[in-house]
Amino acid sequence: MNIIVCMKWTPDTSEADLTVSTTAKDIKKDDLDYDMNDWDRFAIEEAAQIKEKIGGKVTVISLAPEESEDMLRECLARGADEAFQIWSDQMEDGDGFTTASVLSEFIKGRPHDLILTGTLAEDDGAGQLGGMLAAMLDIPSATLVSRIEVNDQKVSFVRELEGGLYESMEMDLPCLIAVATGLNEPRFVSIRAVRKVASIEIPNLGIDDIGIDAGKVGRSGSRVEIEQVSLPPEGEGAEIIKGKAEEAAARLAEILKEKGAIG
Amino acid sequence: MNILNPADAPILGAPAPAIAFIVLFLSVACFCFVMFRRMDVLRKAAPDPRFSNIPNRLLCALMYGFGQWRQPRYLGAGVLHILLFAGFMILSLRSLTLIGRGFTPTFHLPLLTGSAAFAYDSLKDYTVIVVLAVCVIAIARRAVFHPKRYDHPGTAGHEYEAYIILGLVSALMITDMIHDGSAYRASGVSGEYQWFPAAALASVFMPRNDPATLNFLHVGGYWAHILFFFGLLNYLPVSKHFHVITAIPNVFFSNLNKGTIKPVRYGTVDWMELDQCGVSDLTGFTWKHILDFYSCADCGRCSDNCPANTVGRALSPKMISVKARDYAYEHFPVFDKTSKDSEHEKRLVGDIITEQEIWACTTCGACEAECPIFIEYIDKIVDMRRYLIDRGEVPQSLQKPLQQIKKKGNAYGAMKSKRAAWTKDLEDFQVRTLAEDEHSDLLFFVDSCGSFDPRIQEITKSFARIMARNNLDFAILGQEESDSGNEVRRLGEEGLFEQVSGRNIEAFKARNFDEIVAFDPHAFNTIKNEYPEHFNVIHSSQLIHRLLSRRTMSLNAGYLGGRVVTYHDPCYLGRHNGIYEEPRRVLKSIPGIQYQEMTRSFSRSFCCSGGGLLLWYENEEEKERMGERRVKMAMEIGAQVIVTACPFCLINIEDAIKTTGNEGKIEVIDLVELIDRSMS
Repeated sequence: MNIIVCMKWTPDTSEADLTVSTTAKDIKKDDLDYDMNDWDRFAIEEAAQIKEKIGGKVTVISLAPEESEDMLRECLARGADEAFQIWSDQMEDGDGFTTASVLSEFIKGRPHDLILTGTLAEDDGAGQLGGMLAAMLDIPSATLVSRIEVNDQKVSFVRELEGGLYESMEMDLPCLIAVATGLNEPRFVSIRAVRKVASIEIPNLGIDDIGIDAGKVGRSGSRVEIEQVSLPPEGEGAEIIKGKAEEAAARLAEILKEKGAIG
Repeated sequence: MNILNPADAPILGAPAPAIAFIVLFLSVACFCFVMFRRMDVLRKAAPDPRFSNIPNRLLCALMYGFGQWRQPRYLGAGVLHILLFAGFMILSLRSLTLIGRGFTPTFHLPLLTGSAAFAYDSLKDYTVIVVLAVCVIAIARRAVFHPKRYDHPGTAGHEYEAYIILGLVSALMITDMIHDGSAYRASGVSGEYQWFPAAALASVFMPRNDPATLNFLHVGGYWAHILFFFGLLNYLPVSKHFHVITAIPNVFFSNLNKGTIKPVRYGTVDWMELDQCGVSDLTGFTWKHILDFYSCADCGRCSDNCPANTVGRALSPKMISVKARDYAYEHFPVFDKTSKDSEHEKRLVGDIITEQEIWACTTCGACEAECPIFIEYIDKIVDMRRYLIDRGEVPQSLQKPLQQIKKKGNAYGAMKSKRAAWTKDLEDFQVRTLAEDEHSDLLFFVDSCGSFDPRIQEITKSFARIMARNNLDFAILGQEESDSGNEVRRLGEEGLFEQVSGRNIEAFKARNFDEIVAFDPHAFNTIKNEYPEHFNVIHSSQLIHRLLSRRTMSLNAGYLGGRVVTYHDPCYLGRHNGIYEEPRRVLKSIPGIQYQEMTRSFSRSFCCSGGGLLLWYENEEEKERMGERRVKMAMEIGAQVIVTACPFCLINIEDAIKTTGNEGKIEVIDLVELIDRSMS
């Protein structure tokens, strides 16, 4: 069983004061801390659990600059057997399509039964990569998967739908599954766990190693062009609901109904 | 008449000394074998250096072992135990004498002759009466009143063992009385009952002028006593009453380093290279910790005081000892058993001691402060957590804050560069960030909570104000500061503790200062007791106390306005560092303060659910928050202001005041804030 997990290195914007960059096409990222995309954390955990259950090999890949090594090292500590970091300066400012092109070139050249990734990324939330990558590799795919069971040459899985519905499905291997958060309980990675995998080498692959044309990556290969990034206008502020707990709860329910948040 | 001596009375034709020898030999051999098997487990366990500081250890054994100093914390049971223990000490001489009398009728211990013998025999007789009375009361207490702390929830009970032991001790006393009573009756004297009340009492039930019966009672009583004695001796190491033998050594070897967590493995330079980190099985514990398991007498004082247990979390410290001891007896039995199917065997850590129990502990130390024989729990809990951390099995609610500390040096996930942002709110003065090689008298260690938690920032600012108004030369580390690591270490993530403490130590060493001051007892504790390099550290309450004693600062009662005040002892200030008096003295120096002590205070203070990362921990089992329980305790004594000296106590109690609907009736305030508002 060869499992390949695609990881994204995303900026942590949760506690930062976001500002738009001078070009107005992105946010300022210089002061931001980067970390593993939370959705992908569930993907690598699932891969590790499948390997623990039925055996196999887990390969982690990420299209990200050198600083992402910590993330890949953490993936090795989580149970991956090998990790590859793919980056060339030309890959800067790419979109989902260019990322999928690079990853598919890499994956085509090696055995793959199951490809796992997060359905979305925390930064742009485009959700494009899974579908495009599967199409380029000509394999079936599914998104928002909240349970996976691999048996023999098939994989059965459950998808989370709107309104609390679940959909059970089955696909032939090889295939790509883009997971939902919460499909497992990712393990904790201690400092010692990372140190244990410190000696595993993480190769850096550039466009030449992948064998992809420089015109197909980064900005030049992108099909999406961002026109403008802006901060949302400041709202009028929050309404403080006063009164006893019961009254406040009733008023809150009323507001939520008015706004259509609950049926 | 002359009574027949046991040594002169053959048994089934065999001379009594021969029988005495066989009984003595078999009993002692059996006892030694069992003890060897029990101690053999300690030999297989992890190392633990407990032979340092012998004078202190002897003092400890004398005071808490022989002196039973902690017993009266539970007054009734404590007094009973002291009487029983004293009885054991006195009667041990009697038992040795009686063993000797199986060989020669006139056997006596050295020095116990003449009037000394008379005095001892008289004392012994009174002791027998007292011990018998204590046994009867103890049996009645258990049978009639069922104190809850004696229960063994979740496992096959051991309560019956208490009855066996009390029965055996009673039988020892009664057979002694029969043995001596028959001689008393045969001697014909009757005026010595005030010297020998036990013998005189027993003789009342015996016939006069019936030599055969008296001889039978005398000899029979003797042999019954001997058999009960050796029976009891051999029962000890196979039951919970092993403490009779191990308790005093356990006190002698107790942990002398307060406020610290043991290293991953003693004597290992690079613990990261170990095959396994933490404890997953019995012999992974240190030999002292296994001695703890042996020594537990199931009295339940630990669990009775455990805040986690009180609010319904899965943890009961006593049951950790009981379950581990059961496991030890089962897996290291006296006689080897045929190997069991180890596949389906329950694991000690994970199955028998569950993850819920292991994560439920706040490391408040109430259990350890209560245990009469110094059984340790925090180190064991942390050792088991280290194992779970190593396997990646950490509650989801704790993973995020741990990862944040790893990546950003604080659990709040805030950017490092904003660590000193709170200083911008101060208008009257500026807080200096100490650059490398610069000097300040005081280095104010703010820690993550003081830097990032908006509520705790108020304490930070108050404290800075107090120092500034008293013209103290102080500075902060700013973004060079990392989380203190106190909770990181207690959650078992030793590598991360080394990382954050290492960063702080580096920052400390690059700067010049006389003392570090912290208002968070957790930071204070770990820097003072655990950082591998020594720094002078004081707690804010000590600094304020110092300012007041120098009379450079005076206080007024304006803020308190006649309200009733109580003080909540934070675990890491009180129990772990013995600082009980300074905060109280500071409070009492506020003119006209109305001060009331809570029932649970000083070393019995009730934890409000833990500091640092435990603020993020979500427990699903608890029926009530610890802080809510604490608020009720304060309300019970009519307090209107709870003063504490720990930012996490403040947060927990402040939340609890809201959730119990007591807003407006009672207020919680940090000592630092109170002093800031009470300065004249």
